[in-house]
Amino acid sequence: MNAPLFPRSTATVPVTPDPAGTRQPLRQRGQREVFCGLTSIIWLHRKMPDAFFLIVGSRTCAHLMQSAAGVMIFAEPRFATAVIDERDLAGMADLHEELDRVVERLLARRPEIRMLVLVGSCPSEVIKLDLGKAAERLGARHAPAVRMLSYSGSGIETTFTEGEDRFLAALVPQMPAEAQDAPPSLIVAGCLADVVEDQFRRIFEALGIGPVAFLPPRSAGALPSVGPQTRLLLAQPYLAETARALQGRGAQLLAAPFPLGEQGTTAWLLAAADAFGVTRERFAAVTDPGRARARTAVARYRPMLEGKRLFFFPDSQLEPSMARFLHRELGCEIAEIGSPFLHRTHLAPEFALLPDTIPISEGQDVDRQLDRCRAERPDLTVCGMGLANPLEAEGLATKWSIELVFTPVQGFDQAGDLAGLFARPLQRAERLKVGI
Amino acid sequence: MQLTVWTYEGPPHVGAMRIAASMRGVHLVLHAPQGDTYADLLFTMIERRASRPPVTYTTFQARDLGSDTAEIFKTACREAVDRFQPDAVLVGASCTAELLQDNPGGLADALGLAIPVVTLELPSYQKKENWGAAETFYRLVRTFAPAPAGRAEPRAPAPVCNILGPTSLGFRHRDDTVEVRRLVESLGITVNVVAPLGAGIADLARLPQAAFNIVLYPEIAGTAADWLMRHHGQPSVTVPPIGVLACGDFVAAVAAAAGLDSESLQELRSRLPWYSRSIDSTYLTGKRVFIFGDATHAIAAARIAADELGFTVCGLGSYSREFAREVRAAAALHGIEALISDDHLAVEDAIVAAQPELVLGTQMERHVAKRLRIPCAVISAPTHVQDFPARYSPQMGAEGANVIFDSWVHPLMMGLEEHLLQMFRDDFEFNDAAEPSHLPQSAMGNAAPKAPSLPLAEEATPPLAPVEASLRWAEEAESELRKIPFLVRGKARRNTEKFAAEQGLVNITVETLYDAKAHFSR
Repeated sequence: MNAPLFPRSTATVPVTPDPAGTRQPLRQRGQREVFCGLTSIIWLHRKMPDAFFLIVGSRTCAHLMQSAAGVMIFAEPRFATAVIDERDLAGMADLHEELDRVVERLLARRPEIRMLVLVGSCPSEVIKLDLGKAAERLGARHAPAVRMLSYSGSGIETTFTEGEDRFLAALVPQMPAEAQDAPPSLIVAGCLADVVEDQFRRIFEALGIGPVAFLPPRSAGALPSVGPQTRLLLAQPYLAETARALQGRGAQLLAAPFPLGEQGTTAWLLAAADAFGVTRERFAAVTDPGRARARTAVARYRPMLEGKRLFFFPDSQLEPSMARFLHRELGCEIAEIGSPFLHRTHLAPEFALLPDTIPISEGQDVDRQLDRCRAERPDLTVCGMGLANPLEAEGLATKWSIELVFTPVQGFDQAGDLAGLFARPLQRAERLKVGI
Repeated sequence: MQLTVWTYEGPPHVGAMRIAASMRGVHLVLHAPQGDTYADLLFTMIERRASRPPVTYTTFQARDLGSDTAEIFKTACREAVDRFQPDAVLVGASCTAELLQDNPGGLADALGLAIPVVTLELPSYQKKENWGAAETFYRLVRTFAPAPAGRAEPRAPAPVCNILGPTSLGFRHRDDTVEVRRLVESLGITVNVVAPLGAGIADLARLPQAAFNIVLYPEIAGTAADWLMRHHGQPSVTVPPIGVLACGDFVAAVAAAAGLDSESLQELRSRLPWYSRSIDSTYLTGKRVFIFGDATHAIAAARIAADELGFTVCGLGSYSREFAREVRAAAALHGIEALISDDHLAVEDAIVAAQPELVLGTQMERHVAKRLRIPCAVISAPTHVQDFPARYSPQMGAEGANVIFDSWVHPLMMGLEEHLLQMFRDDFEFNDAAEPSHLPQSAMGNAAPKAPSLPLAEEATPPLAPVEASLRWAEEAESELRKIPFLVRGKARRNTEKFAAEQGLVNITVETLYDAKAHFSR
C-alpha cells in the first residue's frame, strides 16, 4: 500500500484501508458502448514497426480497423484481415489451409515482417478456430525469419486496451528465462510513448535501478528475459493477464498507483526504488526536480479545473487513475467513475487515494448511464467518440477518452500535458462565440 | 478466406444502419457482440452527426454465449422501443450474431410490440454494405408503400417525382440532394418525397403519389425503385447527373418522364466547359488516369475524364459487382477491360500495371497512390472525414461539375512547373523527388515524400512492373530513362521493354529508348 508515501502531498482526503474491497461498484448489464480489443492494434503496430497484425475475422473487423486507422494514408499497412467467407463456414474449405495460404501471400508481399501476430476476433472465437495451433504450425514453417504469435482481440472477450493485455500476455511465453545467477531486474509492462519510456529509463538509471526492460519492446527480436529475480512494475492498469503470465514465470509484482501526475509517478517510482533498496535521500535527489516541474506545470491548469465536476464513461480502464489525478492534483470533483473492468488488486493503490464517496460503475448500460450523466450535468464528460459529439450537441462539454491512450501522459514531464487534455475542451467552450 | 488489407465496403448491417440513421422515427435493434458499436463513430465522427444514430446493440459477451443471448436480444429490443418510441423498428444481426442463429425477427415478433417490425436478413459472409442498404430500404418501401392488388397501371407523365437513394454516410449525398432538387425544381417539377435521407415512414407511404422516381444512387435505391416500377407503375430516371454531359442526359430523361418539352429547357450553366477549354488546360490533354470506385461514380468519372477534361482513361474498375455489366460497357468505350474486384491488392496491381499519371479512386486508392507517388483525388465512397466537408461540395449538377474540375486538377503538377522540371532536372528545390510545389507538403520543408522512418520499409521508388528477365538495360540508357519526368517514366520503361522484346533485342541502349519512343508515338 503506497498511500502514506507522499512526503509532500498537497491533497488531504480521507484514506480508507481497502476501499475497493468494501465498496461495491454499480454493475448494470445493457448496451456497452466500447471498442473491442482489435483497436489496440492501432497503437501496437507503431510501437513494434517490424510486427504485422493479421486479424482472422469478418468484414466487420476489417471495416472497424480502416474506419479507425484509415484516415491516415498507409504506403505500407502493418495490419490486415483474413476475412472468413461462406466457403470457410460451410466447411467447404479447410480453415487452416486457407489461413496458411493467406499468410504465404502476405509474407511474399512483405518480406520485411519479423513477427506475424494472428489476432482472434468474435467470429473466429465463436467458430472455435484454434489460432494458437495455427501460430505454432506457421511458426515452425517460417522460423527463424518470422516469429508467430496469436492472441484474441475479440469484442466478446476483450474491451479496447485489453487487446494490448492479451498481446503482451502472448509475448510472455516467448521471453527467455533469466540466467541462474541473474541480479534483480525490472520489467516495466504496458505500452508507453517512446519519449516517456526514455524519461523513465533515465530516472531508473539515475536511481541505480537496473537492468530495466520495457514490455512491449520496440522490435520483435528484443524480448527481455524473465524469472524469479524480475520485479514487475505495471505502467498501465489494464494488464491483468500479462501480470498473471509474468508472475507465473516468477516475476514479483510491485504494487503501486499508476504513473499519472506528480503523485502517481512519484509513488510508482518509489515502489521500484523500495524494491531495489534505493535510499530516500537518493530518491529525493533524483525525483525532486521532476516533481517540482510537474507541480508547476499542473498548477497552471488548476484554476480552470478546480471544483469542476467530471463524469467518466467506461473505455480503457485508465478511468480510476485519471480520476485520482484530477481529484487530488487539480481539485476536480468526480461524479462517477465508469470502467469496463476493475482489477481489484492492481487498482487498490489507486482507490486508496480516492474518497470512498465517489460512485463507481463497472460494465455499462449506456442508456441508463447517459440518464445519470444528463441528470448530473457534469462540467466535463469523459467518453468515447460515439457519445462525444451527441453530448456536445446537448450542451455538455466532453473529453474524448481515446486520446488518453494515444497521447504521452505518464511521468512527471507529461503531468502538465495530461491536465491540459482535460482543460482544453473547457477552454475551447469559453473561446468559441458561435452557437450551435 | 480472403486477405483484406482495406475493404471497399463494410458489412451489410452497416448499410442497414445507414438507412436507419438517414430516416426519422426508425430504430434499428442489432444483435451484435460488444465492440460493434464502433459503427456509431462512422456517423458521429466521420459524418459529424450531432446525435447518436438510432441503433441499439445487444453487445453480448463471451459469458453470454452459453444460453441467454436470445433473452438479451428481447430485453434490448423491448427497452429500445420503450425508450425511443420509434414509429417502426428494424431488427437484424451482425456477422457474429449470424453464427448464433438467434432469429431476431422471430424474437421481436414474439414481443408483441405495438409498432411495425421489419425483419432484415443480412447475410454477412456473402453480401456487403451497399447491398445491406439497398435491401433495408427495399424492405421499408415494401412495408410502408404496400403493393395494391392487381397489376400496376403505367403512369402518365406528370411533373411530380421522388428522389431516391441519398443516405447518411453517402459520398456527398447531402449536397447532391440539394443540387438535384434545385435542378429538378428549376424545370417546374415538384419533388414529392426524398428518401431515405430525411424521410419518415409516413413519407414512404406517400411515395406512390409521384409520377416517376429519380434514382440518384442505384447501388442503394435500385432495388426499391424496381419494386416501385413493378407494383406502382412508376418509371425511374437512372442517369446520375454527374458531369456536364450526363446532366444534359439527365435533364432530357427527367423532362420525358415529366411530360415536358425538353427543347424549351434552359441550358445548364457550369464553368467546367470553359475552364476545360481555356488554354491553361491544354497540358491536361492525354494525361493517363486510372479510375476506381462504386459503379455510379466510376462510370460517370470515366466520361468526364475523357469527354470533358480530355484525359486518357487507362484503367476503369469498380467494386460494385452488381453493376459489373455497366462498368464493362463503359470500359469498352475507352478500349480497355474493366476491373471488377473488391480485392484491394488486385486494384493495386492494376494501378501498377497501368502506370497512370492520376488516380481517381476511393480513400483506399489514396494508400496505393501514396506508395507509388501518383497524384490522387477521391471520387467515391469509401471515404473518410475529410470528404464530409463543411463547404457546399456536390458532385452532381452544374455546381458538382465545378467542384469536380477543381478537385481533380488540383493534385496534378501545374503546367509551368511541369515544363521547367523537364528542362532542368537537378534543381535543389524543384526536382523529381519533390511534390508539386502548390501542394501543402512541400510548403513544410519537402521532407514528406520519403519513406517513413521504418528501417525495413522498401525505398520510396515507384514499384514498376517487373523487368523482363531476358532484358538488360545499359547504364547510359538507365540514366537517360531517369531524365523522363517521374510520372511518365514507368510507362516509358514498359514501352521500351515491350518494344525491345518485340524486336528481339536483349540489350537496351539509349537508341532503343528513342526508337521505342518513336515507335509508340505513331
